[in-house]
Amino acid sequence: MKHLLPISLLLATVVLIQQLTLWTDTQFYLTQLTMTGYYSLLIIGLCLLLGYAGQISLGHAGFFAIGGYTSAVLTTRDFSLHLDHPLLVVSDRLGLLMSRADYFGGEIIHFHPWAAAALALAATMIIAYLIGVPVLKLKGHYLAMATLGFGIIIYRVALASPIFGEADGIFEVPAFPLLAGLSISGDFGSRVSNYYIAWVLVAITMFLLLNLINSRVGRGLRAIHGSEEAANAMGINTASYKLRTFILSAVLAALAGVFMTHYSSGIGPSEAGVMQSVRYVAIVAVGGMANLWGALTMGVGLNFMSLRGMFGTYDEAVFGLILITIMLFAPQGLLRLSLFNQLKDLLLPASLKGRLSKPGRKEEDGTA
Amino acid sequence: MTVELFIQYFFAGITYGIIYAIVAIGFNIIYNTTGIINFAQGEFVMLGGMISISLNAFFPLPLAIAGAVLITMMVGALVEVSFIRWLKSPSVIRMIIITIGVSILIREIALHIWGESVRALPYFLGDEITTIQILGARISPQVLWIIGVCTIIVIALSLFFRYTMHGQMMRACAANRTAATLCGISAKNMVTFSFMLSAGIGALAGAVMSPVTYTEYDIGTGLAIKGFTVAILGGLGNSMAAVAAGLLLGLLEAFSVTVVPLAYQDVIAITILLLIIFIRPHGLFGRKDAAGLKEF
Repeated sequence: MKHLLPISLLLATVVLIQQLTLWTDTQFYLTQLTMTGYYSLLIIGLCLLLGYAGQISLGHAGFFAIGGYTSAVLTTRDFSLHLDHPLLVVSDRLGLLMSRADYFGGEIIHFHPWAAAALALAATMIIAYLIGVPVLKLKGHYLAMATLGFGIIIYRVALASPIFGEADGIFEVPAFPLLAGLSISGDFGSRVSNYYIAWVLVAITMFLLLNLINSRVGRGLRAIHGSEEAANAMGINTASYKLRTFILSAVLAALAGVFMTHYSSGIGPSEAGVMQSVRYVAIVAVGGMANLWGALTMGVGLNFMSLRGMFGTYDEAVFGLILITIMLFAPQGLLRLSLFNQLKDLLLPASLKGRLSKPGRKEEDGTA
Repeated sequence: MTVELFIQYFFAGITYGIIYAIVAIGFNIIYNTTGIINFAQGEFVMLGGMISISLNAFFPLPLAIAGAVLITMMVGALVEVSFIRWLKSPSVIRMIIITIGVSILIREIALHIWGESVRALPYFLGDEITTIQILGARISPQVLWIIGVCTIIVIALSLFFRYTMHGQMMRACAANRTAATLCGISAKNMVTFSFMLSAGIGALAGAVMSPVTYTEYDIGTGLAIKGFTVAILGGLGNSMAAVAAGLLLGLLEAFSVTVVPLAYQDVIAITILLLIIFIRPHGLFGRKDAAGLKEF
């Protein structure tokens, strides 16, 4: 239970920020902070893959889009004409379908958001498995290019398929009823509750992942990162570890996509773009590859600023510059810069220091 | 399919294929001397097209293209000197991220200089409607220009590597860097030179193709993916195989239009890339043991 303290600190910060926006009457910030929360789910999932399993993925926006698009299609399309299809008959029996009035007052029959989300996650798991088995045998340039290629395929399919709304994307995605009286939607009235939903989710995920990386599995992953051959020799089934991490981080990305789609009530092909994937890698790199807290903090900062439009038309250039600068000068991430360490030495008493600094692994950025 | 249509598709395939091959050769030159895949290779092609279009407002066409090639070579050297040269044995993932970062930067700078508009050089001979009849099919003379110039680039490059001192020095570096350094070759300068060379041929291809294919600030990524596909398809590091693979991919793409919608054309190339990476990572024409020696 040693992660309870930092997790409660995270939750306290979340509450504090909400109270702060209440006092200063700046609750419009909550919208971007909620979106940042959902992107953070993807970021920490990618951090697990990139930093702990040492496998680069330049296709994570693709998984985000698979989650978002699947649940968007299933909750917005009218299936009433196809009700005699055996799959839909089964779904209907199971109570997965529901009906609502559409924009013009007509009735449309579609999947319940819960069912749609479950199907979206199942689809992601299957796709991640099918992609992961061949892709994770690759290393370095080949792995980067293969995941990038996967991302581009998803982007092109989203952009060119009428079912996914082509360049317009899908809109009017209904709210996601989480519990009685609590739903994920972009309504102004439920801004505060949505903010909390997103961040409680982040806290839970963070807690689970922290426990994972400190478990036997996490030690196995770090061994793979250090040297795959040695890990294999120690009896770690490297292929299976890498595959499961890949699927887990893909599912987290898809989960982010599902919730984000319901929150912003729509999704477009730009979410699947290559630049999005590169941006996520940039954020993980800035936080320090094998550093979940670093990835989370940097992700929140950068995503929030980007969503607020602070970089204006230079948004992509900023992320490109961040990528280069970090990789050139601080491949271990900003939080491991020597300047930062000196600050830590100054501020922290000696007894705490030993517990905070991780036992020595020098090269943490290399997959190859 | 009629003979005319076949010829039409055939020339379209050859045109695109040889452009992909040029990008792939750019990848190979840098890969052979450094072991780096330069993800910004496609941006050099874009720069070649864009700069020559801008220069053409003041200078005659040949001078504009020559200027664009020179400037892009300088950009290539600048990239190498500022981002690659002083890194000591960086990991592959770092190099991937740095070159991706460079490609984003070049693209964004291009966006701020030239905007989002689509541009093109004038046709070298005649205009859009000038055509040449070949077996009943109508081909733009520019297509012949592209094929001709790119063929000359390929031949000139192979002569350069075989018969000139500089080319042999670069090959020595590619074969064994330490041994080359011991023979008095400055490996660092060879790396800079390889960036300049691949930037230059990319830019030349970009200028020649721009009347037909048009240029905008973000064509680089797509070209880089296709170029990488071709480089892998042929066998990474092997330039002559890249030409064959380029023509193969170009023709496949051109004739795929008869089967699947145009919007999915990229999907075909990428699926081929994935299949090749999974099944034959050493490429169609490469040897398995040769690929095994390289570190990834």
